[in-house]
Amino acid sequence: MIEFIKQPWPWYVAGPLIGLTVPALLILGNKSFGISSSLRHICASCIPAGIPFFKYDWKKEIWNLVFVAGILIGGILSAQFLSNPDPVQVNPKLAAELATYGISDYSNLVPKDVLTWEALFTLRGFILMVVGGFLVGFGTRYAGGCTSGHAIMGLSTLQWPSLVATICFMIGGFIMANLLLPLILSL
Amino acid sequence: MREKNQIQDADLEARSLDAICVNESHLKHRWYHNVKYLVVGILFGIIFVKAEVVSWFRIQEMFRLQSFHMYGIIGSAVIVGMLSVWLIKTFNIKTIYGEKIEFHPKTFNKGQLYGGLLFGLGWALTGACPGPLFAQIGTGATVIAVTLLSAIAGTWVYGYVREKLPH
Repeated sequence: MIEFIKQPWPWYVAGPLIGLTVPALLILGNKSFGISSSLRHICASCIPAGIPFFKYDWKKEIWNLVFVAGILIGGILSAQFLSNPDPVQVNPKLAAELATYGISDYSNLVPKDVLTWEALFTLRGFILMVVGGFLVGFGTRYAGGCTSGHAIMGLSTLQWPSLVATICFMIGGFIMANLLLPLILSL
Repeated sequence: MREKNQIQDADLEARSLDAICVNESHLKHRWYHNVKYLVVGILFGIIFVKAEVVSWFRIQEMFRLQSFHMYGIIGSAVIVGMLSVWLIKTFNIKTIYGEKIEFHPKTFNKGQLYGGLLFGLGWALTGACPGPLFAQIGTGATVIAVTLLSAIAGTWVYGYVREKLPH
């Protein structure tokens, strides 16, 4: 059984389980599923700096910070007890492309060739981690949500603005992965 | 008293501008009631890692149309979410505290376009949306804490320049 769980889970198992988070949070306490808001609550609680956008009763939203702390603990538990010893499987086309940028280590879900402390001090690593992170934080708040708040919660409640946001997420991702990332990874 | 009301009004405004992930519950609970969200978060984090949603490689495959995996996950999650919301509305299902479950319509603004595009660019760079960032740190990729701090900085800068941005 445990061997079975250690294998990567197929989409048709993981997707419905992720979808069940929506009713779980609603039924447990009327909470709308969303993750990027946690970043705003962290700003509001630690560095509000008198900015109106961070002046609200963040203590009411502590549940959201507890939820993301749970995600972090979930990551620890799966790495400790449920990790898959085999290399990450990827599409051979992707592997061929990444090999041209010197990315060939598939021992970890977070590639050890580009996302490490040593790589952080290279231009390539800096763009991937620091610029990328900034865009994630800025973009999700500007859009009013991320994959969970817009794509999953928003679409589940049939909100068309969330569909617009989701389409834009995908357009941005396609532009980056296909047009810009090859240049960045070649640095 | 007047000051308190003003704070509440500012709070309501800030929350309504950004009606995602707000706490709709009007009940006050003691701290240990939050433990249930910790449990949901832990399960959610395990699913994220085991389904490789937190994998940079999976995100690259998705944006190159080289794998159905991520589309299957997001698509089936949305279908299950939709069905659940429909059931909750149809049968008027209450929370475990007996409260009516509330949904707030999201209003369109240009931020969903501009912000959406910017987030998409970042998603393909980092290989992670905000949830997976937390899970990746948990799996031992400690450098992702820098990415998370940068995302917090991005959120802060948005708050700082928000009045000047088109919405």
